[in-house]
Amino acid sequence: MSEELLYWLAGDLRWSDFPPKADMIATIAALIVVAGAIGVVATLTIARRWRWLFDNWLSSLDHKKIGIMYMVLAFVMLLRAVIEAVLMRIQQALSVNAQGVVSADHFAQLFSTHGTIMIFFVAMPFISGLINYVMPLQIGARDLTFPFMNAVGLWLSAAGAAILMASLVIGEFSTGGWSGYPPFTELAYSPGEGVDYWIWAVTLSSIGTTLTGINFATTIYKERCEGMHLFRMPLFCWTSLCTAILMIFAMPPLTVATALLALDRYAGFHFFTNGAGGNMMNYANLFWLFGHPEVYILILPAFGVWSEVISTFSGKRLYGYASMVFAVMCIAVLSFTVWLHHFFTMGQSTNVNAVFGIATMLIGIPTGVKVYDWLLTMYRGRIRLTAPMLFAMTFLLCFVIGGLTGIILANPPVDFQVHNSLFLVAHFHNMLIPGTLFGMIAGYMFWFPKAFGFRLDERWGRIAWACWSGGFLAAFMPLYWLGLMGMMRRTAISFEAAYQPWLNAAWAGAALIVCGIVALGIQLVVSVRRRSDLAVPVGDPWDGHSLEWWTPAPPPEYNFARRPRIEDTEAFTNAKRDGRAYHAPPSYEDIEVPRNTLIPAGIGAAGFVCAFALSWHIWWAALLGLAAMWAGVVLRSLQGDTERVIPAAEVQRQNEAWLDCARQTAPVTRFAEVERINRGRAMETT
Amino acid sequence: MSAGKNLHPGINLGHSDPAGHHQAEPVMFGFWIFLMSDLVLFALLLATYSAMSVHGVAGGPEPRDVTDLASAGIETALLLLSSFTIGMASLANKYHDDGRRLLQWLGLTAVLGIGFLAMEARDFASLIAEGAVPQRSGFLSAHFTLLGCHALHVAAGLLWMAVLVLQLMATGLERALRLRFMRLALFWHMLDIVWVAILTFVFLYGAAG
Ligand code: HEM
Ligand SMILES: [Cu+2]
Repeated sequence: MSEELLYWLAGDLRWSDFPPKADMIATIAALIVVAGAIGVVATLTIARRWRWLFDNWLSSLDHKKIGIMYMVLAFVMLLRAVIEAVLMRIQQALSVNAQGVVSADHFAQLFSTHGTIMIFFVAMPFISGLINYVMPLQIGARDLTFPFMNAVGLWLSAAGAAILMASLVIGEFSTGGWSGYPPFTELAYSPGEGVDYWIWAVTLSSIGTTLTGINFATTIYKERCEGMHLFRMPLFCWTSLCTAILMIFAMPPLTVATALLALDRYAGFHFFTNGAGGNMMNYANLFWLFGHPEVYILILPAFGVWSEVISTFSGKRLYGYASMVFAVMCIAVLSFTVWLHHFFTMGQSTNVNAVFGIATMLIGIPTGVKVYDWLLTMYRGRIRLTAPMLFAMTFLLCFVIGGLTGIILANPPVDFQVHNSLFLVAHFHNMLIPGTLFGMIAGYMFWFPKAFGFRLDERWGRIAWACWSGGFLAAFMPLYWLGLMGMMRRTAISFEAAYQPWLNAAWAGAALIVCGIVALGIQLVVSVRRRSDLAVPVGDPWDGHSLEWWTPAPPPEYNFARRPRIEDTEAFTNAKRDGRAYHAPPSYEDIEVPRNTLIPAGIGAAGFVCAFALSWHIWWAALLGLAAMWAGVVLRSLQGDTERVIPAAEVQRQNEAWLDCARQTAPVTRFAEVERINRGRAMETT
Repeated sequence: MSAGKNLHPGINLGHSDPAGHHQAEPVMFGFWIFLMSDLVLFALLLATYSAMSVHGVAGGPEPRDVTDLASAGIETALLLLSSFTIGMASLANKYHDDGRRLLQWLGLTAVLGIGFLAMEARDFASLIAEGAVPQRSGFLSAHFTLLGCHALHVAAGLLWMAVLVLQLMATGLERALRLRFMRLALFWHMLDIVWVAILTFVFLYGAAG
């Protein structure tokens, strides 16, 4: 075949881009991905689950199922990113005055994929998933305003994640870090598919997230049930709202940054190149105009989880509700005014640095308010140290440390000393792991019984907590010290013997974190096995306050047989006190729910094809993918009959079955909530 | 809530279709939010342009060399006129059930939109013929990207219009379609607003500087 025809057909893709790879570890990684894919396909085929998968999950527009699928995506990607992290820890521990186990180039791919995956394909899907599941229930809605768009957002994120998985098998990934700074990521220094993979994976995720943010905000503003004034919403909804607003305004800068970089790389433009008037500082501004609000996108929903968890397991109303709300709003607004602290060293005047340094420190104030509110919520509460609550304790302790090191970094003169050192790596992991990741794990444990109808095993939950907390401290506290000693981030090999003990400690911590992940896996397996012992069909295992607990576990697809009408934030608590929580409504009516459709998954698949083809310059396939995505949208607009009616009689049957079950279930006191007798009906306290 | 109350900014269906009025509320609200998000995109491209037009010239053409005020004037006239015609289309969408009047105004809007795109294509072609290609300098990259992004939006609006018109001919003016025409009109007006910003910062400032 002639070279030209080959290029026309396959772009730059050649057999040599497929495994085996130059380096042993990369080859093994590729094989694991391939084996994993084959394993999933084989299992589904043997278990004859394909139909089930398509009918119940892939085509669903139900916000609860979409939420669960987001969480599954996040957990799968978390596994990969943690393995990469451990590999990096091993490398750094073994490469003091030595070669280590991976090449410098491979190490660079590792931190690039680890960072990209953790941010875009672990933390973001966790957040979108949790909000998807919980928020509509908490505001008494039947679904999000735009169920179809919701599914499109999910599948675009999944397509981005799939690009990262593909990059492990075919070709190589970017070595430009999760922030992809030019001019290094320009064609001159990074030819090849790596940066293109990064650009398109991140672009898919950012478009999906923008759509999701629009959906969340519209839902919160327009779908609240009667009586649910904004200031009666549970705090998780407020944090969801702030996150949604940040998504709406902060994702476009990322889209612009990656699009302009793509124009440079694909069309020879000069936005960020070294010559011809290009200016990489503009990239830094665009990227962090997204990047800083992004870290609040990541942390605010976790704040919401902590508020729910701490108030529920302290058996108290949240302390200082209004101050909490104002604090999140302040944080959301301020988060747009501090982006420059990511590049104090870039050469702007000291006055500019001072302004941004002070703005950064200001964020500590509303955050401090929240910490005190959480502490005061626990004060004189009847605290139950369940696994999510234990995670909350680690969070409170570690988050304060991380916040303080953040304030230290906000001083430009200090930042000049530790910029890009492991001190910074320690700081942001200190916020992201105890803050975001633990928040998501706690949320997963807290709402799992709601989603699946049975509780998670408590003992393994505590073991997981111990491993994660200890592992986090061991893995990251040494990095502060290493950073102060002068060890820079992203270094594959170092030449300072004094680093060794601290790197060893960090390595051991990472190993303990792996134990934490294994414990989470065991917890899931054990709980599924014991699911009849752990069942909580009545749906209120923790004596919850908000509306999501006022439904069966798992809730019906329409959420509420009758949409509730409330008169207070703690409407459900009041109903329980007055003994009217499980009374039948006066009447029922037909309910419309969206019909399933495979179009969103198709749009995601087309997006994957487009992104993959663009990375390899296979132009015909890229055009085809793009056209197919829009064809999906047009096709949807032609579908006439998108709703399905569930008749009132059916709603009544299901709801009365649940109410009967509730009335026959013995209520349990809070201190027996992890015992077998907890079937999901909380004792009415007076 | 009465039909007279405006449930969202812009033309409300209110009196002419009370049931559709309530259905419109969340949908239109969501679309307004989308427009805000899209505006952030343009704001950033404008900011990039303003930085590049000073620092990114690299010895090549400057803003004043690439701004043709006569052409920009015609383009502005075409686009503003099309905003008027789509406004008339929106009124037809609200008050007339048969869709004929709506089609007429939309047809006019499409003609104006295509005229605008043709003028822009002509501008681009003449710049390229002079050697002022986007690969020449950071400034020209920003110039082409900002205008190109706006033109792409206009083209997308025209395609959207075409799809909706085909649906209108197939099914008549159903309620779902009414709501889509309302959103198309908002989108079109936003592109007009963006154009005013472009006219000011790219063409007027460019010609003055
Ligand atoms: C679970 C345990 C984790 C471990 C052991 C770990 C370890 C590491 C290591 C060793 C690096 C490279 C540091 C260097 O540049 O020298 C790194 C970078 C990074 N990590 Fe983690 N990490 C973990 C979790 C997370 C989480 C949960 C997130 C985000 C939600 C995250 C986000 C990042 C980012 C953004 C980078 C920077 C990548 C870059 O340099 O471009 N990590 N991590
Ligand atoms: Cu920041």
